[in-house]
Amino acid sequence: MSAEPRLVEVRKNVLKQNDVVARALRERFRAAGVYVISMVSGPGTGKTMLLEKTLTMLQPQFRVAALVGDLATDNDAMRLARSKAPVRQISTGTICHLEAAMVEKALEAWNLNELDFLFIENVGNLVCPSSYDLGEELRLVLLSVTEGEDKPLKYPTIFNSADVAVVTKMDLAAAVEFDQELTDRNIQAVRPGIQMFHVSSKTGAGIPEFLEYLSGRLSGSHTAAIERT
Amino acid sequence: MHELSIAMSIVELAEEELKGRSGASIQAVHLKLGLLSGVSKEALESCFEMACFESPLAGSRLLIEEIPVTARCPSCAEVRPIDSIQLFRCSVCGAPVSEIVSGKGLEVVALEILE
Repeated sequence: MSAEPRLVEVRKNVLKQNDVVARALRERFRAAGVYVISMVSGPGTGKTMLLEKTLTMLQPQFRVAALVGDLATDNDAMRLARSKAPVRQISTGTICHLEAAMVEKALEAWNLNELDFLFIENVGNLVCPSSYDLGEELRLVLLSVTEGEDKPLKYPTIFNSADVAVVTKMDLAAAVEFDQELTDRNIQAVRPGIQMFHVSSKTGAGIPEFLEYLSGRLSGSHTAAIERT
Repeated sequence: MHELSIAMSIVELAEEELKGRSGASIQAVHLKLGLLSGVSKEALESCFEMACFESPLAGSRLLIEEIPVTARCPSCAEVRPIDSIQLFRCSVCGAPVSEIVSGKGLEVVALEILE
């Protein structure tokens, strides 16, 4: 027996387990033709309100559903249920983010073929969700006008991991002297070229453009699916 | 903070490598941590000892190499470091960059195993 430790090469991705589940989910979603959108933001940015509005307004035309993650309580699921869309709460307990396996479990007994859009609202947290792929096609990062223009610079990792940035609570912009130009510049600094929307879930401003973008992405994904076959 | 669960995944992954080597223990874990991985080096270091408790990794060291963020610059057509994590621009020509090449990963590269 040698007393010297031996250096053994391993080369393994620590998050491999999550990535494997996420990849399988993405394949399932694509095969079922459902377009999956995840939403991340800090607590209190207005994810649930935007989602309630989105679910309600998309419904005449599309079949929609949502999963909503929280540490505790099912308040958000109850709020979203008012939209009449199927909604399921994922209670993460002490875990500060959703993982792909939680999404997989929450989808049990749901027929994905009957859906056009599935929304996944992550736990309110701008740090941890950035490391976990959930199999989504589009990741939205939200920030509200009350949070400060430099938020993207404080949390660059999550902003860089997103595909779309949505600035919420625009109805309060004047009251808090929100600097939209500076915010947009900061978003673009950490994620050049990212698509941005400025909305108020309360007044509805900016929501039609946002929804139009989502439906465009859905039909784009269907075209891509046809081309793949 | 998700570093404790990350630390536990590292311990699990290392324990897998010990399968079939009875009585062996791990002295050190060599980890590459991308600066865009969403994992904090300091938080991970402080969770690691806890995650190793009563495992074959107890008392082992975590050696972290931080991997800078690089991206493919559309204008230079080369892989370049970015200005900073607050400014995703090519550090050579200043063009905005979106195609990240390195810095997102979190990888156990090697283990020091005592048999």
